[in-house]
Amino acid sequence: MLKMNSDLALLAPSKPFSEHLPIQFDGVHLSFGKHHIFSNLTLEIGAQGITAIMGPNGAGKSLILRLLAGLLMPEQGSVRFNTLSRVPRDQIGFVFQRPVLLRRSVQDNLLHALAIAGVERGQRPFRADALLELGGMQHLAKSPARKLSGGEQQRLTLLRALAAKPGLLILDEPSASLDPQATALIENIVLRASQCGVKVIVVTHDQGQAARLSDEVMFVHKGRVHAIQATHEFLKTPASREAKAYLAGELLI
Amino acid sequence: MQDFSLAFVQAFTLIGQADPTLIDIIALSLQVTFTAVSIACLLGFPIGAALAIGRFPGRMLLVVFLNSLMGLPPVVVGLVIYLFLSAAGPLGFLQLLYTPTAMVIAQVVLVTPIVAALARQVIEDLYGEYDEMLRAMNASRIQTICTLIVDARYSLLTSALAGLGRALAEVGAVIIVGGNIANVTRVMTTTIALETSKGELALALGLGIILIVLSILINAGLFLLKNSAQKRAYA
Repeated sequence: MLKMNSDLALLAPSKPFSEHLPIQFDGVHLSFGKHHIFSNLTLEIGAQGITAIMGPNGAGKSLILRLLAGLLMPEQGSVRFNTLSRVPRDQIGFVFQRPVLLRRSVQDNLLHALAIAGVERGQRPFRADALLELGGMQHLAKSPARKLSGGEQQRLTLLRALAAKPGLLILDEPSASLDPQATALIENIVLRASQCGVKVIVVTHDQGQAARLSDEVMFVHKGRVHAIQATHEFLKTPASREAKAYLAGELLI
Repeated sequence: MQDFSLAFVQAFTLIGQADPTLIDIIALSLQVTFTAVSIACLLGFPIGAALAIGRFPGRMLLVVFLNSLMGLPPVVVGLVIYLFLSAAGPLGFLQLLYTPTAMVIAQVVLVTPIVAALARQVIEDLYGEYDEMLRAMNASRIQTICTLIVDARYSLLTSALAGLGRALAEVGAVIIVGGNIANVTRVMTTTIALETSKGELALALGLGIILIVLSILINAGLFLLKNSAQKRAYA
């Protein structure tokens, strides 16, 4: 199934990312008005591979992703990428829960991302074609991006996030409202990127998806990390009472 | 009433015969208007975009100021430009007074605030949607502005259209800086004003009809363009 050589050429990070691991949050504070989201949040994401972040709604999962990507800055504390005290934004690809696409064709959305990433003009069409092939979307190249189905739109945002050959791919519930087939297509691309050396951090509520994709799970509740475990361990014997309740579908207050 | 009907008949005869004077006036009108609106768009879109995405002290004040410039009185603009371009003025050495270039300058001054203020609103709305995506892509300020302008292209056409309407219908400023000189700076609106004051209603009416038809055609063309873009979810 995997076309390893072509995948490597297309997806292997433009700069090695392992030197930026572990990622550490140290004493991070974040609030919106009087509403405190994080008070002294500390966490570490060290492993290569795929890390899933799980937790109930409002736990702060999406905000952790935004802090990781440098889209939000902590009021206090630090987000460090190993020795780097700033976010290496040019090495991060981000897929949002709700796809936002340009008012252009599918192909032009990818060409735009490649242009922003500084890929040489002559190379862009070839890379765009290869990305479309990776996503099985060649036949849609000239279609208006915003007329695609939800699954196709999300796949396109994933391809767009991979256009710049990021070392870290961040996904915020990428298949929240997709059917199993569209979800499988997304997961296949994420796995292929991971196998090419891309570090992946994904927020998901779907235990099946966590099991299929991730190597480890970080469980977040009320702005705190309650557990970091290997995925199979987490799903079998979660290390915290809250995680156990969450997995059992019990309401967490 | 008979005079009125006669004027109409004469007007359509002039149009039907493609009267050379009429054609010259229309050609100059379109040349001045489209040049001015093109320049106003080149200036106004980036100004509007910069104001839409910029976050700096005094931004709101600048937005209010720009919005109020939309209502600039044409005769005052004409007068100020006249003072600048007249022989004794600071730009008198350019000898631009009573030339089509002076008329273009006047119209650019009038139209740019309209285009910029409307573009700001359009681009600010789009920026709300694109902001996080573009920041996640690590886009620079210039790349962000370019992306927003390209993606708001069909909505920006509407701002250009508002500018075009103002420029095409404008008479106060161009008559002051252009002088309404036959075969040199005489455009549709200034001719209508002159011919009407002389009681020569046929030419005035003929030009009036053409002006309205042109306005309808341009609006209809852009409406169709925007409509077809909307169908492809590009607008």
